[in-house]
Parts: sequence; C-alpha cells; structure tokens
Amino acid sequence: MKIIESGNVAAAIGVKLAKTQVIAAYPITPQTPLTEKLSEFVEADEMEAEYIAVESEHSALAVCIGAASAGSRAFTATSANGLLYMSEQVHWAAGARLPLVMCVVNRGLGAPWTVWNDHQDSISQRDAGWIQIYVNDHQEIVDTVIKAFRLSQTVSIPVMVCYDGYYLSHTYMPFDVPEQDKVDVFLPPYEYKHTLNPAKPENLNTVTMPFSRLDTDGVAQPSYMNIRYNLQQELRKSIDVFKDIDLEFKGIFGRGGDSIITPYHCDDSEFIVVSMGSLSNRIKDVIDQLRGEGIKVGALCVHLYRPFPDEAIVNMLADAKGVFVFEKAICYGNQGPLFSDIKAALYTQEKRPLIHNFILGLGGQEIKNVDLYDAIKQSCSAPETDNDTTRWLGLER
Amino acid sequence: MKDINFDIMTSNSKPGPGDAGRTGSWRVVRPVIDYEKCTAAKKQKSICHLCWLYCPDGVVTKEIEPKIDLDYCKGCGICAEECPVNAIEMVEETGPSEEEE
Repeated sequence: MKIIESGNVAAAIGVKLAKTQVIAAYPITPQTPLTEKLSEFVEADEMEAEYIAVESEHSALAVCIGAASAGSRAFTATSANGLLYMSEQVHWAAGARLPLVMCVVNRGLGAPWTVWNDHQDSISQRDAGWIQIYVNDHQEIVDTVIKAFRLSQTVSIPVMVCYDGYYLSHTYMPFDVPEQDKVDVFLPPYEYKHTLNPAKPENLNTVTMPFSRLDTDGVAQPSYMNIRYNLQQELRKSIDVFKDIDLEFKGIFGRGGDSIITPYHCDDSEFIVVSMGSLSNRIKDVIDQLRGEGIKVGALCVHLYRPFPDEAIVNMLADAKGVFVFEKAICYGNQGPLFSDIKAALYTQEKRPLIHNFILGLGGQEIKNVDLYDAIKQSCSAPETDNDTTRWLGLER
Repeated sequence: MKDINFDIMTSNSKPGPGDAGRTGSWRVVRPVIDYEKCTAAKKQKSICHLCWLYCPDGVVTKEIEPKIDLDYCKGCGICAEECPVNAIEMVEETGPSEEEE
C-alpha cells in the first residue's frame, strides 16, 4: 500500500512493522515527530511495546542496552547533541555486541546552536563500532529500518540508520508500506543467547585485563584486545552479510539490491561525484544536466559508511579520471571524512584518479543546484587544478 | 557467521570469586594479622570482625581467627586502617606473588 507521509513517520512505521518490543527515546529536533509517532502507536495498542520515557539520551540508550541484554528488540532515535550526550553508551552498545537499531536524524552540532541538517553528528560516532547506513528517501528509510533489525541481530552489532533532518524527516513523499506478513517472514523474532535470567546469573561485559584471564571455572577468557579484534573482524564481514540480507529483502518486496553503494551512470563516466544521503538526489539532477551537455560524469551514492565498503567503492572509482567528493561533514583540522576514506581505499591502485573534496551544507547552509553545477563543471574541465584539496562550497561573501 | 561465538564476542562470566581474574596480583602491600592482638582471636569469641565487615572485596573470613584470601586481596589496607587494636600490618610484597610463580 502506498501512502504519503513524512520521513519520520516512515521510520516509525518501520519500527512498528519490525515488532519492536522496547522503545526508549528523548525528544530532540528534528527527530521529535518520530518518537511522538511511536508513542502514539504504543498508546493506541497498535504496537505491543514498552515505551519508556527517559530524562536524557544517555538513559535512552542505556535502557535499550538493558532491554537488548534481556532479549528484547529495542529501538531509540536521536539527533545532533542528543547523540553526543549518549556517546558513552553508543560505544558501550557496540562493545557489548547488542543488536539495537537507532535512527539518527542528521543535524549539525552546536556551538553555535543549529537545528538544521548536516552529517557531523553521526560522522562523529563513526569509530564507535556501529554499522552506519545513510539513506536517501522515505522508501529507503522504512525499508532500511527493517533491514537494520535483521542485520543487527544476524551479526550482533548495533546499526544506525541515518537520514537528513528536514530534507527527509519533515518532507512528505509517497512510499510503499511493507506488508506485515512479509516482514514477519523476513524478520524472525530476536533470540539472545545471553538473555538475563535470574536462574542463571551472569556478569555481562565484566572487567577485562590486558591479558587473558581465568574465569570462576578456571577457564581462560579473552583479553580486551581479542574481544575488540573480533568486533573489527565481524564488522568487516557485515558488508557481505548486509548484501545478502538486502538481496533477500529484494526477493520478498521487489525493492533494493543496491544497499551498499548506488552508482548512477558510472559505467561510461570519466568523472564521478560521490556523496551520501539526500544530497545524492540533488547531485543526480545536476548530473543529468551536465550529461545533457555531453560531459561524461556520473554519481556514486555511498549508503553503507561503516563498515566502509572500500572494495565496492574502488571497483567503481579506480578507472575514473577524476573523483569529486561532496560531503556535509568535516574532520576538523584535516579534511572531509568520506574524502579521506576514499583516498585511503584508492591508495593501493596503480592508476589513481585525480580527487577533489567539497564541504557544503553545514548547519543547513543552502545548497543551490547552480553551485553544484558550477563546481562539478569546473572540476570536470580542469581536474588537475586543485587536485587533492578541500574547498568549502556555498560560503557567503 | 550464523553461529556467532559469544564467548569471544563479549566478556561474560559467572559471578563468584575470581570473575575478574586473580586480583591478588594487583597487590603491592600485604595484610598480615597478628592473632596475639586480634580481639576475636584473643577472646576466642565471634566478636569485632570489623576487618570482615569493611573489606570491599569480601576476602576476609568471619572466623575466630579471621583469614584473608590472598588470591583476591588487592592490598587496599582498609582492614588495617579499621582494626581498632592495630592487629593488621601492611607489609611490602617482596618477590613474585604465588600466581606469578
């Protein structure tokens, strides 16, 4: 069934269809309508879930960590400074290997205060050990939330579904609501091996030593570094797991199949523009315009940012003459994070493309199609100029 | 990938002595009880036992002659501080511990 709703409602519908059992969240702009919708679902008995109102984001994720440890399917959502406030628990959830899903409705970080969109909030948590997926439209929001629950319980790693504040959260688009019976087939109930059970007391995530320790039964247990190495190995394996899950989803619902990266006219292009989130939609329009003028340019949208799908990205970019990375975040004191990651992925290639970096849209700074058009056209016409530099697009003069 | 090994994935343990390893190896000073001074030992009665009560690791026994489990005693010295008759002395750990040997 197709409906017209906001991105936040699309996320709430995904959480409902996933038969989430525990929701704990603290309202923050632009995430608020998502959690309001979920509390409405619970209040109206449309969802068999506990909605736990908490006093902070730190507690919101702490509640989800407890719920997941007790074997419940748990969900939270936040934005910007709320995500930073829960950061300690963000890292904890990954280390504890708990299947959780969190929507991050992307918003710029204060100071100065902004409620508007960029990607700095979730990017700041990219090294926490979570899986991070950036989506482009309302259909992808509802579908990805459901896929995220499946992925997180398959690999036992928490998943962030990131979507742009306002551009997606508050705009209305038609999208197809997945059928409940099909979702039930795709997403079986969650069972946790270490479910908290008074009959079998267990210390979870107990203190580790810099060396293997003996447990109470005298059996050697792994050190901190071994446990963390395991997280890294299984995060890397999650790339293929996500591909398989996405294909299974496509088999059931007829949508998907390009959940890691989405190429747009990359096959015959000399130049490729890379971006994440709703910005990718804007860039496609500009690509159409430039291709109309005979410029061989395509676009690559990166959905899966952590674990970084470097192999898939290199396959798309290695033969290009120029790669132009547009992003709504910056690693302060260095360059764009996606730009750094792509450069690192291309390092082993014999013939490396020329590469440009553009930072834009921070704190919701207006992104004009004409600015994108001018920047991409300029880069295509003189790719050697300003190679390997980071420029800011859309600064007011 | 389907059968995830939780034992390596996280650090879980059965609660009990030693679920954080043999913490006695952290110790740099060791408590030694002088039973000539210890109130309970001297009077041969189950009295005082402030060392047992105050020990944050629960490694002191509530016996007429209290014993300290040196496998887990971290050597914090709280028992020595609290003992009203100064029957517990903290002595330097010299040489390798039992575990290290």
